[in-house]
Amino acid sequence: MKRKIMFIMSFVLWILTTNVFADDATINSGDTAWIIVSTALVMMMTPAGLALFYGGMSRTKNLLNTLAMTFVSYCIGSIIWVMWGYSLAFGPDIGGIIGAPTHLFMNGITVNSVSGTIPTFVFALFQMTFAGITVALILGSIVDRMKFSAWIIFSMLWVTVVYCPIAHWAWGGGWMGNMGALDFAGGNVVHINAGVAGLVLSLFLGKRLGYGKEAMFPSSVTLTALGAALLWFGWFGFNAGSELAADGIAASAFLVTNTSASMGAMAWMLTEWVVNRKPTVLGIASGAVAGLVAITPAAGFVNLPSSLVIGAVAGVLGFYCVAVLKHKLGYDDSLDAFGVHGMCGLWGALATGIFASPYINEAGTGLIYGNIGQLWIQIVSIVGTALYSGVATIVVILITQLLASGLRVTKEEEMQGLDNALHGERAFEL
Amino acid sequence: MKKIEAIIKPFKLEEVKDALNAIGIQGMTITEVKGYGRQKGHKEIYRGAEYMVDFIPKIKMEIIVAQDIVDQAIDVIMKAANTNTIGDGKLFVLPVEQVIRVRTGEKGEEAI
Repeated sequence: MKRKIMFIMSFVLWILTTNVFADDATINSGDTAWIIVSTALVMMMTPAGLALFYGGMSRTKNLLNTLAMTFVSYCIGSIIWVMWGYSLAFGPDIGGIIGAPTHLFMNGITVNSVSGTIPTFVFALFQMTFAGITVALILGSIVDRMKFSAWIIFSMLWVTVVYCPIAHWAWGGGWMGNMGALDFAGGNVVHINAGVAGLVLSLFLGKRLGYGKEAMFPSSVTLTALGAALLWFGWFGFNAGSELAADGIAASAFLVTNTSASMGAMAWMLTEWVVNRKPTVLGIASGAVAGLVAITPAAGFVNLPSSLVIGAVAGVLGFYCVAVLKHKLGYDDSLDAFGVHGMCGLWGALATGIFASPYINEAGTGLIYGNIGQLWIQIVSIVGTALYSGVATIVVILITQLLASGLRVTKEEEMQGLDNALHGERAFEL
Repeated sequence: MKKIEAIIKPFKLEEVKDALNAIGIQGMTITEVKGYGRQKGHKEIYRGAEYMVDFIPKIKMEIIVAQDIVDQAIDVIMKAANTNTIGDGKLFVLPVEQVIRVRTGEKGEEAI
């Protein structure tokens, strides 16, 4: 009798323990759950966070057009990614430049495929949300004047030709990652990339009618503030999720992300208070975003004190680029994709080279820990990203111009307002 | 019969309405308008872009009054809407040719 019980007990124990070592042996359910959540958080950043952030800053007559462009950016990013984007960015490396088309239409990836400690599907989808938001960021430079058909074509081409290669370079086994460039969650891949592309596109499209003379009021600072808060919330997935694991580094990234955002908001607000004598909600919201942008490449590498500095500088720098530099240089980067994302992304990428701490993440050692070389590597990656983004975006623009028969709406459409002219809709029924 | 058009500061609306009700004027129409006279506008700054906002929100109140209480109505509005600062508004008195009540077809002073 005793022996029978012993046998049954050990059998049960064996069953329980062997399940842990089943087929998907290396999947960590904690990591997987976190990255699934992070994916959802980052997804929300585009059609909700960014859409409202940008929409509230657009003139009322163009609010829906801004929302439309942002929304379809995410949809297009989603579709292009699963068709060929994922493979181009994360497929088997070819010469450090691009990924092979092995996984076109997610070919070869099954429910059992694992990347690190999470299912490959989860990894692929998490990365997809980054592609979606990067292209959406660009439209901030060109609101109020671009043809909707041209934007759709532009997005499809841009994700394929510009985003995927740079993502491959930094994260997919390409030359930037191999060189040792540090970009935790997308300072180069997302922000500098989108910032430069936005500036280039805005120069091709030209300034809005009446720019510099006519008053162009934001439709709703209320919506912009809400959008900024949603972006902040989602950014926890963007930065802490980029660790691709639910661990101490993710926790550290989470900590410095929030800190940098808060410092950015306060720094912009205080700067504005001194210079313009009134702190605005638009400034507070913009400062938070500036801080979030700057900490993005640094999130999993820097410690708390560094994040205080990174956020503070981002707030002041963002204010300067937007309130002073843009008006001095005269370009119409309408909602400051270059001023905030480009420039604060640049600061963040440099700051990563300065503040990366091997005590936080052994993968990165910065200037203040004795590694002067890292800053140089960061500079090379920044220049490489900016140059490629600029040139490749120009190519995409030229092709788009052909396919869409022009980029810009007519003067009448621009004056009428794009919501009415292009969509036949009104943002509000008041 | 006269029509009184009063441009007043928005926060004075309740006071003027109550004062008019007190002297027997029970109906009115109001519109939210923008305008300026001697009251200067203000500056708004959005991310470094400075805009002068010249038009200031006001309330336009329209009432039709019988001849015999025109002066009393004017008096009452003047007292209630006054704050002794620039931008208090203006009153315009216009003649009215005819007043007709839609439901009953009454005309003239009875329809007021």
